[in-house]
Amino acid sequence: MSDKPLISARDLSVHYPLRGGIIGPKPVVRAVETVNVDIAAGSFFGLVGESGSGKTTFGRALLRAAPITNGHVQYNDDEVEYDLATVDKNQLKDYRKRAQLIFQDPYAALSPRMTVRDIIAEPLQVMGLTKSREETDERVREIAAKCRLNVEHLRRFPHAFSGGQRQRISIARALVSRPKFVVADESVAALDVSIQADVLNLLKSIQLEMGLTFLFISHDLSVVAHICDHVAVMYLGRLVETAPTRELFASPKHPYTKALLSAIPSLDPDDRGKVQKLEGEIPSPTNPPPGCKFQTRCPMAQDHCRKVEPKLENAGGEHEVACHRWRELLETT
Amino acid sequence: MTRLLDVENLTLQFDTDEGRITAVENVSFDLEAGEVMGLVGESGSGKSVTAKALMKLNPGNAHYGENTKIDLHLEDGSVDIMSLKTNKEMEIVRGCAISMIFQEPMASFAPAITIGDQMVEQLLIHTDLNKKQARDLSIEMLDRVGISDAAHRFKQFAFELSGGMRQRAMISMALSTSPKQLIADEPTTALDVTIQAQVIDLMKDLVAEFGMGIIFITHDLGVVAQTCDKVAVMYLGRLIEQGPVREVIRNPKHPYTKGLLDALPRLDDLDAPLIPVPGDIPSPLERPAGCVFNNRCAVAIEGRCTVEVPKFTQVDATHSVACHFAAEALK
Repeated sequence: MSDKPLISARDLSVHYPLRGGIIGPKPVVRAVETVNVDIAAGSFFGLVGESGSGKTTFGRALLRAAPITNGHVQYNDDEVEYDLATVDKNQLKDYRKRAQLIFQDPYAALSPRMTVRDIIAEPLQVMGLTKSREETDERVREIAAKCRLNVEHLRRFPHAFSGGQRQRISIARALVSRPKFVVADESVAALDVSIQADVLNLLKSIQLEMGLTFLFISHDLSVVAHICDHVAVMYLGRLVETAPTRELFASPKHPYTKALLSAIPSLDPDDRGKVQKLEGEIPSPTNPPPGCKFQTRCPMAQDHCRKVEPKLENAGGEHEVACHRWRELLETT
Repeated sequence: MTRLLDVENLTLQFDTDEGRITAVENVSFDLEAGEVMGLVGESGSGKSVTAKALMKLNPGNAHYGENTKIDLHLEDGSVDIMSLKTNKEMEIVRGCAISMIFQEPMASFAPAITIGDQMVEQLLIHTDLNKKQARDLSIEMLDRVGISDAAHRFKQFAFELSGGMRQRAMISMALSTSPKQLIADEPTTALDVTIQAQVIDLMKDLVAEFGMGIIFITHDLGVVAQTCDKVAVMYLGRLIEQGPVREVIRNPKHPYTKGLLDALPRLDDLDAPLIPVPGDIPSPLERPAGCVFNNRCAVAIEGRCTVEVPKFTQVDATHSVACHFAAEALK
């Protein structure tokens, strides 16, 4: 593990143009807006937020699968160093081997017409990582074993597998090119709890074994709490809070993070009615409110919040928060 | 409290190309008016099929068992749902005495008809209201579930509403016929936690106000703990444990219920390891003999659990479990 972060995003923005707007500037969706994040090598980095918060787009921008409108993303492992905003074609091709994505829905992500062996082997062949069929088979068997798939499984087609097994196949496919950085986008959201635990444990053990760096995108805070060592919270394309997991869950500073945490249904039936309710819904990114993006739903918002957008500031250690009032709120609660 | 629903020995099989499969087997439960029952289980455990059976909403290849008995007790007498044959006869329960809220509100609303027209249509079928009255009632219901500017929303299409809003519209539509029994099939699964909290609150208020019985289908035990009075756990078509929410969550007796609780990431203890239930739920074509859970169960007794179907044992007056192992332990 080196001291430099593996991924370092600086003022990263992803905008999508919209149709229409004959008069005046062309309208854009600001899916991700000036996000600064460092992801340390070997970490399990969690990214949470509601749907529409831009977390998937952010994950894809780090893979250069979404266009980077502004800002920079530095990728730096021990071998190479790229700025993803300006990489050329050959560098990008190389980067594809080093960074991979695990999808959400294991039912949609696997081709029904390919055997499991071919599905896992495809990235190797496309990227030209192996020279012979024997070598490919060797690599496939090796990664399949790590993902607890046996040789018998490799000959079958995806329809023969359950959700948990399919997700293990997607994981094997993502890891077969021996990437350094993996984005797992809602990778356990489609699974039952009993299976979800199994896939989470697998991801964690593979991460430790292969020394991977994960960006784990999820809307489920309790899952993130268990598996990640650092968490970032996004709202409407902005990063509102980031901290080491324990720190974040023990003392959330942003009102949005607090609301998210308290909205998780507690397993204790006597805990009813303690939920700090959040009114309304996430605004549309085409028409974001002025000032702090959370002000329309924030119970603590004041005039200042409605005018000036807060910047991410240090709240002690590695804890950063983007809220005008976090210091005051600290004293009141 | 008054008894609302009695389900006895519900058995449901489907004819498929691969043979006849058993989706639900000998499921019995009851529900009082004003009571919320959680129906919990993995995908494939038969919870949706069970709920739909209450309205006989299953496709043509479905076969109900001979001993199946479903009685819905209304103010003017009981309805024996199994004896209803034609769609015309079913009208008094479908969408009227029993309403259903589905998981995916986008898929449940017709995309090319306005929300308002869909709400009015069902009122015209099930009630004596005229078009004007149905319209007024629909707008009032939309307003009631917290949709602002209801008269405007009434004229919109489903795609114009956000996910949380659609689910509210769905709820208002289900409640506008004043059903006695509401079935909510994973109503919050597709929603964000903050919206989920809003919808759960709304449903609690509505139960208090309308006093109906609710069957709440979900796989999220946290949601169950926060909303339900009692809970029934299903696995591969059978009920394996049922009782009051506090009892089942704090003092689970069936190894599967325990497994589900252990697999859940808990926020109060971040160091607790996540313990998965080993293996996957088998296909209904390959249901294990004896206890259906025996091939994933850590404490299964060879020769007993693999042969003999466990009967329900009472843990106490209201809490019962179908497990040989738990029954032994209780002796």
